[in-house]
Amino acid sequence: MNNVLHFAWLVPFFPLLGFLVNGLGRNKLSKSAVGVVGCGAVLLSFLVSVWIFLQVKGGNTYVAEYFPFINSADFKIPFAFQIDQLSSLFLLIITGIGFLIHLYSTAYMHEENSAHFARFFAYLNLFVFSMLLLVMGANYVVMFIGWEGVGLCSYLLIGYWFGNDAYNYAAKKAFVMNRIGDLGFLLAIFWMLAKLGTVSYGAVFSQAAELTTADATIIAILLFVGAMGKSAQIPLYTWLPDAMAGPTPVSALIHAATMVTAGIYMIARSNVLYSLSEVAQHLVAIVGLATALFAATIAIKQNDIKKVLAYSTVSQLGYMFLGLGVGAYTGAVFHVMTHAFFKALLFLGAGSVIHAMHHEQDIRKMGGLKKKLPITHLTFLLGCIAIAGMPPFSGFFSKDEILAAAYAHNPIYWGLGVAGAAMTAFYMFRLYATTFFGEFRGTHEQEHHVHESPSAMTIPLMVLALLSVVGGFIGIPEVFAKDAHALHHFLSPVLVTEQAHTMEHSTEYMLMGISVAIAAIAILYAINKFSKKPELGEPAGLGNVLANKWYVDELYDAVVVKPLHGLSVVLKNVVERSGIDGLVNGTGKLVHYGSRQLRLLQSGQVGAYLLAMILSIVVFMLVWFNDGTIMNLLNKIVK
Amino acid sequence: MIPVLLIAIPLAAGLLSFFLRAGNSSRTLVTLSALASLALALWALSAPQAQLQHHAAWLPSLGSSFDVQMDGMAKMLVLLTAIAFPVVYVSTAKNNYASPNQFFALMSLTQAGLVGVFVAADGLLFYFFWELALIPVYFLCSQWGGERRIAVTFKFFIYTFVGSLLMLVALLYLYFQTPDHSFAIQSFYKLKLSAAQQGWTFWLIFIAFAIKMPVFPFHTWQPDTYEQSPTAVTMILSGVMVKMGIYAVIRWLVPIFPAAVAQYDQIIIIAAVIGMLYASLIAIRQDDIKRLIAYSSIAHIGLMCAAIFTKNQAGMEGVMIQMFNHGVNVLGLWIVADVIEQQLGTRKFSELGGLAKKAPVMAILLVVMALANVSLPLTNAFIGEFLMFNGLFRYNVTIAAVAGISIILAAVYTLNMVQKVLYGASNERTDAATDISANAQWMLVVLVIMIIAFGVYPQPMIELTKDSVQAVLAIK
Amino acid sequence: MPINYYIFLAMALFSIGVIGVLTRRNAIIIFMCIELMLNAVNLLLVAFSKMHHGAAVAADAASQVGVDGQLFVFFIMVVAAAEVSVGLAIIVMMYRNVHSVDINFLNRLKN
Repeated sequence: MNNVLHFAWLVPFFPLLGFLVNGLGRNKLSKSAVGVVGCGAVLLSFLVSVWIFLQVKGGNTYVAEYFPFINSADFKIPFAFQIDQLSSLFLLIITGIGFLIHLYSTAYMHEENSAHFARFFAYLNLFVFSMLLLVMGANYVVMFIGWEGVGLCSYLLIGYWFGNDAYNYAAKKAFVMNRIGDLGFLLAIFWMLAKLGTVSYGAVFSQAAELTTADATIIAILLFVGAMGKSAQIPLYTWLPDAMAGPTPVSALIHAATMVTAGIYMIARSNVLYSLSEVAQHLVAIVGLATALFAATIAIKQNDIKKVLAYSTVSQLGYMFLGLGVGAYTGAVFHVMTHAFFKALLFLGAGSVIHAMHHEQDIRKMGGLKKKLPITHLTFLLGCIAIAGMPPFSGFFSKDEILAAAYAHNPIYWGLGVAGAAMTAFYMFRLYATTFFGEFRGTHEQEHHVHESPSAMTIPLMVLALLSVVGGFIGIPEVFAKDAHALHHFLSPVLVTEQAHTMEHSTEYMLMGISVAIAAIAILYAINKFSKKPELGEPAGLGNVLANKWYVDELYDAVVVKPLHGLSVVLKNVVERSGIDGLVNGTGKLVHYGSRQLRLLQSGQVGAYLLAMILSIVVFMLVWFNDGTIMNLLNKIVK
Repeated sequence: MIPVLLIAIPLAAGLLSFFLRAGNSSRTLVTLSALASLALALWALSAPQAQLQHHAAWLPSLGSSFDVQMDGMAKMLVLLTAIAFPVVYVSTAKNNYASPNQFFALMSLTQAGLVGVFVAADGLLFYFFWELALIPVYFLCSQWGGERRIAVTFKFFIYTFVGSLLMLVALLYLYFQTPDHSFAIQSFYKLKLSAAQQGWTFWLIFIAFAIKMPVFPFHTWQPDTYEQSPTAVTMILSGVMVKMGIYAVIRWLVPIFPAAVAQYDQIIIIAAVIGMLYASLIAIRQDDIKRLIAYSSIAHIGLMCAAIFTKNQAGMEGVMIQMFNHGVNVLGLWIVADVIEQQLGTRKFSELGGLAKKAPVMAILLVVMALANVSLPLTNAFIGEFLMFNGLFRYNVTIAAVAGISIILAAVYTLNMVQKVLYGASNERTDAATDISANAQWMLVVLVIMIIAFGVYPQPMIELTKDSVQAVLAIK
Repeated sequence: MPINYYIFLAMALFSIGVIGVLTRRNAIIIFMCIELMLNAVNLLLVAFSKMHHGAAVAADAASQVGVDGQLFVFFIMVVAAAEVSVGLAIIVMMYRNVHSVDINFLNRLKN
C-alpha cells in the first residue's frame, strides 16, 4: 500500500467505468456525451499511464496485489498487477494510441444512431480495459483474463454490424481460432502450476532454472500456441484478414496496434522461459519468418485496401516473432511500438479514404485521390515509407534491429527477412500508388462527394504520422551512436541479456545498405508500375493463387470444418438416434412385446385363474417339502 | 432445525396447493414458500452447526432414522435450489398452465424432495427423497409437456426408474453389511468392504447416479426430456436436479467405495471425456435451442464427473463451485429459451434471427449467459472449469488435453446459437418480436450479477465448500 | 375319538370345496364352496385345539395351551361373515347389471 503505484488500478478502472456508463446509458446519452465519456476515460488512463511511466523510469517498479482470485488448496493465484518497464511501455502504447483511435471514431462512426454509437464506444472501452488487464497482470492467469477479454471484444466488434451474416461468421471464426490458441495457453498454465506451483511472473522466472529443459520447452511451446492464435501466425492466422469486417477504427486499434501484439508481449514477458529452450526459440523464429513471407506474398495481390493492410499486419507480426526467436527481445518490442504507430496510421488513413469514398474498399475503384485528400495522402505516404523501412523513419530502426539479430543467428534468416521486407515495400507502394495516383475510377457520384475528413479524424492521423517519423529515434543502433538505444536501456531490467553483437560495424553497415537498397528499388518499381497503369483485371496463374490466399481457407474448410460437421451429423443422427437411443428404446420395445404376449394369459376366465392358483399351490408344496414331509404326514394320519 | 424447515415449507405448500381452486393463489403460495426457503437457506450459511442438523426416530426397527444435516456442500446446493425455484416462478410468471394448482403443487413437492436429497444423512431417507424429487417430475412432464410428452416421459421414467432400483438394491446390500444394521451414512462410511464386494455395488450405484447426471452413454433421456417438458420443469431438471447425481457421487459413492474408485477411475474419466466431446460435437449441428442447451449441459456435466474421479483437491473444489455456477448459468439460458419460445412460438434456429435489433436487452443478457457457457474468464464458470481442468491435468496430461478440445467446441456451438438467434437479418416471424418482459429481465439481471460477482471473487464459495472437499478426500 | 377322523373329514370337506370352486360356474355355488373350505379349516383348528388342550390339562390343570386355536376359529368366522356380506352384495350387484351370476360372463376387463 505504501507504494504510489498501488493506484495503478486506476488505469483499467477508467475504461471499465466508461464501458459501464456507455453500455448502460446507451439509450439515454447523446452522441456527444458518449464520445466525451468514451474518449475521456481512455485519456484519463493515458494520463495515469504517463505518470506510471515516469515513476517506472525513475526506478520504481511494483507488484500490486489486490485480492485473492483463486485460493485453492494446491495453489494461490492473486489478482495482482505488475508495474515494470515492459508493462508501463505497453500501457503507454495502448492508452495513447487507444485515445487517438477513440477520438477518430467519434467522427468515423458518426452515421450510426446513438444507441449503436454508444454500443461501439462501450465495446471499445471494454477492449481497452481487457487489454490493460492483459499487460498489467502480475501472473499468467490475470494475463489470461485479459487475453480472453480482448478476444471477446474483438468478436463483438468484428460482428458490430450484426445484420450482416458474413461479418458474423468472421467474428465467430476469430473467436474460435483464438480459442484454439487459448487452449495451448491454458495447458501451459496448468503445466506451470504442476511443475512450479505458481503462475506469478516473479516466482516463475526465479524458479525457472529448476525446470528441466523438456518442461521449459513444453511450456514455451504451449505459450507460443496461444500466441499463434492471438497474434495470427501460421497456422492460425486466417481469422485476421476476415476480421477486417469490423469498423476501420477497430481494425486499427485491435487488429493492428494492440491486441494482435499480445502474443509478442507474452513471449517477451516470458523471455526467461524461452531462453531456457533452444527448440522453442527456433520454432518461434521459423514460424515467424514463414508467416512474414507467406502473408507478404498474399498481400501483393489483394485489392481490398483493408485486406492488404491486414496481410501486412500478419507479415509484420511474423517479423516480431522472428525477433523474439533470435533473442532480440528489445527489437521485437521496439517493432511492436513502431508498428503500432505506422500501422494504426495506415489503417486510419485507409479509414479516411473509405469514409471519403462512401464505404468503397476496392482500390481498383479509387485512384487520383492525392489532390482530393491532401492530409490523408501525405500521412499515408509517411506511413508507407515507415513500414517499408526507409531511414530515418521509425520502421527502419526496429526492422533493422531484428534483421541484424537474425543475421547474427543465421544469415539465411536475414536473407529471407530482407526478401520479405522488399515485398512489404512493393505491396505498400502498390497500394499507395493505385489509391492516390492516376485517374479517379469511382462512380460519378462518389467523385462529387469525395472530401477530406473532419479534423477529429485528421488530427490523429497527423499525430501518428509524426510518431511514425520520429518514433525510431528512441532505439538508435550502437553502430550510429554509442549508448543511444534508450529503449534497450529502459527494458534491460526485465529482459534477459541478449547475445552481444559480435558483428563488425562494417558488416552491419553493409547489411543495412543492402536491405534499404532492395526496399528502395521495390518502392520505385511499384510506383512506376502502378501509378499510371494499375492492375484492374483478374489475376491469372500464380497471381490467381495469391489473390485467393493460397486457398488456405478452402483447405481448412475441407480438412477441419467439413469433417467436423460431418462427424457431428453422423453422431447426431446415427450413433445417438440409432445406437444409444435404439438400445434404450429397444429395451422398452422388448418389454412392450413381452407384456403383450403375457397379457394373453389374462383370459378373464375366473375358473382358469383358480385352477392356476391351486395347481401352483400344489406344485409349490411339492417343491417346498420335497424331502418327503408330506408323505410322512399322510402316513402318520393313515396309521 | 433449519433443514427440517427447508423440507417442510415447500412440502406443506405443495400439499396445500392441491386443494386450492384458483391458479393464482397457488402460484402465490408456492412463490412465497420458495422465498421463505431462500431466506432460510441464506440464513443457513451463517447459522451455528447445532441448527443445521436434526435427528428424529423414523423407522427404528429398520435401523433408519430421520437424520438430516448440512455441511458446506449441502448449504451451497440447498441455496442453489432455493434460488432456482423463485427464479423459475417469477421468470415464467406469464406462462399459463392447465390446472395450475396441481402444477405448482408438484413443483413445490419437487423442491422438498431436492432439499431432502441434499440434506439426508441416512440411506433410506436419501432414497425416499430421491424418489420424492423424481416422481412429481414424471407427472409434470406427462401432463404439461410438448407433443411427444408421453413417449418421452416413458423413456425418462424407464431410465431413472432402472437407476433407482439399482441404487435400492445396492443400498439394501450395504445395509445388511453394516454390523448394526443401520442406514446411517456414518455406518456406511465405516464399512470395510472387500474389493470384490465394492466392485459390483459400486457399479450399481454409479449407474443410478450416472443416469441422473447424465454421463455418456446414459444421457439420451435428457435432450428429449428437456425438449418436451414445460420450460419451468426443464429449468429445475437441468439447473438443480442434475446436481443431485453429482452430489450423490461425492457424498454416497466416492467415500463408501474407495477401492472401487481407485480401480475404475480411469474408465469413468475416459467415458466422461468421450461424453464431453461427443455431446459438444452433437451440439454443433443442433437446430433446436433447447436441445442445444441440453447437449451443452451434458458436456459440462461430463467434466464435473471426470474431475470428481481425479480425486484432486483443486479439481474437487472446482466441482463444488461449478455445481452452483452451472446451475445459475443454465437457468439463465433456459429463461431466454423460454422467452423466445413463448413469444415467437418456435425454438428452431432456422426460423430465428435478427433478434438483437428487436430485443436488445434480451440480446445482451443472452450474450452474457453464452459467455458464461463458454467459461470466459471473469464469469463464474471460468473458475470452476479452471480448477477442474487443472485437476484433470494432474491426473493425466493427455486426457486433459483431449478434454480441452471441448473448450473450443463450446465456443463453436454457443456462438452458433448466439449468431443464429440474435444476429443476421430478421424474418417475418422475428419482425414481430418485442423485448423481454420485466419479470424475466429482472431474474436474468439477478443471475448476471451472480455470474459476474462469483467470476471476479469466487473465494467465498471455495471457502464454503472447503470442509466437504476435505472430508471426502480424507476418507481413504 | 382319534384325531384321524377329524382330519379325514376336514380333508374331504376341503377337497369338495376345491373341486366345487374349480368346476362350477355359478358364483353363488363357488361362494358356498369357499365357505366350505374355510369351515374345513375351522374344524381342524377346533379338533387340534381340543387335543392339545386335553393333553396339557392332564399335566397341569391351569394350562392354557391350545386355547388360541379356538380363538382363531372365531376370527375366521367373523371374517367369513364380513366376506359373505360383501361377496353377496357384489353378486347381487352383478346380477342386477348382467342378469347372470355366471363367472365366465365377467371377462370384459381383459380388453
